[in-house]
Amino acid sequence: MSLLGEDIVTEDGEFVINIGPQHPSTHGVLHLKVWLDGETIKRIQPHLGYIHRSIEKMSESLSYRNFIYATSRMDYLSAHINNQACALCVEKGLQVEVPDRAKAIRILMAELTRLSSHQLWWGCTGLDLGAVTPFFYAFRERESIMAIMEETCGARLTQNYCVPGGVMYDIHPNFRSRVKDTLKQIRSKFTEYEEILTGNVIFEQRTKGVGYISAEDAISFGCTGPTARGSGVSCDIRKLYPYDGYEKLQFKEILEQGGDCYARYMVRMAEMKQSVFIIEQLIDNIPEGEFQAKTKMVLKLPKGEFYQRVETARGELGVYIVSDGAASPYRIKYRSPNFSNLSALEKMATGTKIGDLVAIMSTIDLVIPDVDR
Amino acid sequence: MKEYFGTIFRSVRSLLKGMKLTGYYFTHPKEIQTEEYPDNRATLTMFDRFKGEVTMPHDENNEHRCTGCQACEIACPNGTIKIITKQELQPDGKKKKAIDTFVYHLELCTMCNLCVVACPSDAIVMGQSFEHSVYDKKQLKKVLNLPGSKIMEGVE
Repeated sequence: MSLLGEDIVTEDGEFVINIGPQHPSTHGVLHLKVWLDGETIKRIQPHLGYIHRSIEKMSESLSYRNFIYATSRMDYLSAHINNQACALCVEKGLQVEVPDRAKAIRILMAELTRLSSHQLWWGCTGLDLGAVTPFFYAFRERESIMAIMEETCGARLTQNYCVPGGVMYDIHPNFRSRVKDTLKQIRSKFTEYEEILTGNVIFEQRTKGVGYISAEDAISFGCTGPTARGSGVSCDIRKLYPYDGYEKLQFKEILEQGGDCYARYMVRMAEMKQSVFIIEQLIDNIPEGEFQAKTKMVLKLPKGEFYQRVETARGELGVYIVSDGAASPYRIKYRSPNFSNLSALEKMATGTKIGDLVAIMSTIDLVIPDVDR
Repeated sequence: MKEYFGTIFRSVRSLLKGMKLTGYYFTHPKEIQTEEYPDNRATLTMFDRFKGEVTMPHDENNEHRCTGCQACEIACPNGTIKIITKQELQPDGKKKKAIDTFVYHLELCTMCNLCVVACPSDAIVMGQSFEHSVYDKKQLKKVLNLPGSKIMEGVE
């Protein structure tokens, strides 16, 4: 018998199974080839390419205004932050000064995106570990954030709200009151989140001590975001390389020393509260003025290389543009957080039981379109 | 032994805590937010900025604002818009560029709003309708300017 040209049982008596690409717990078309000894994982090999759309190559034929929309389809749960990264990189090349109002709006939207992304992750983590109820509770609060996005940006997920020089249009008149209502609602629900999942004995036993990765390994695999911060690696781009005025805001970089699934869970739970804190600081202090800087009709970046990194909900996203002076980029490379985080999966999961693989995958918070691009 | 029973007690307590919350929402169904689509279709209103499809508004005289400058066609990243222009004879004998057909491929559109932003004469806007599913792919190719329509006076 053979599977993908190899034997199901290897010479060492290891059993090979394929998880995915159509498996509900892989959150997309991720294909994992797993070598098992009984129920213990010996080796994992992720197979990629099922959702490759060649966004990088496609962008080379688009103008600097047009290529940004495609990045919404990479990490679709933090679509606004991806757009922001591209807009920032183009602005770096053009040396355009973004108005303060646009910066504030961008941060507000980015933190709302982070909040909604973490809420979806919280629901899905519960779902993966056998608790269906958190999924519905998380989507209840997420829905009000989606309404804010829909009212101001015109779309719920793929907003395309950032343009080089600012944002596409000004915030909706109802924006402030709607955000305040949502924050009030979310703040009161944080205790519910902790009651139903964080303190739950089954959840604790399935996550504590599972999927350990040390700080050294997290760095060497290039992990970023909550995945690395759960191992105590300080890597918050908003703190280390502030952009769009994050340096003026007060917030904490959440670090946990555990390195296991529970630590990564706690980092994200605390980050949600920090996002609420950031939004509260800004919502009454949006500066007056223009929402978009004046730019030329056809944007042309000077010859050279430009790099911009931002902190998405999953880690560090880098946008690298090589320009030859034309109206479209010569080469674009995205350093996506999920690709690097996925590479640490084997280190985390080797030696654990196959049931724990689901817990590990959901606390890395993988979004597969971002792995493949 | 004491620790053993303590763990059991704490575990049961944590489970009951969660069950209490679930029970609360089970007995208070009014606090649950659910969109009752499609039952609420008659009363459903989308936000005015919602990007459903590209539309070209016409006034009561069947006139639109499109000059045929093709700025939207250039701004579109996917080739969704194709504008076919013609030379129209003006009353004073001069020839002027005007649109013949404004072809909009809904199946290619990603609702990025770049065409609406690029339009210098506000001829196209985003419509709120979102129920686009059809049985035949050909129905997704739309012509936005109505038959017999012409450009509004004063739009350059």
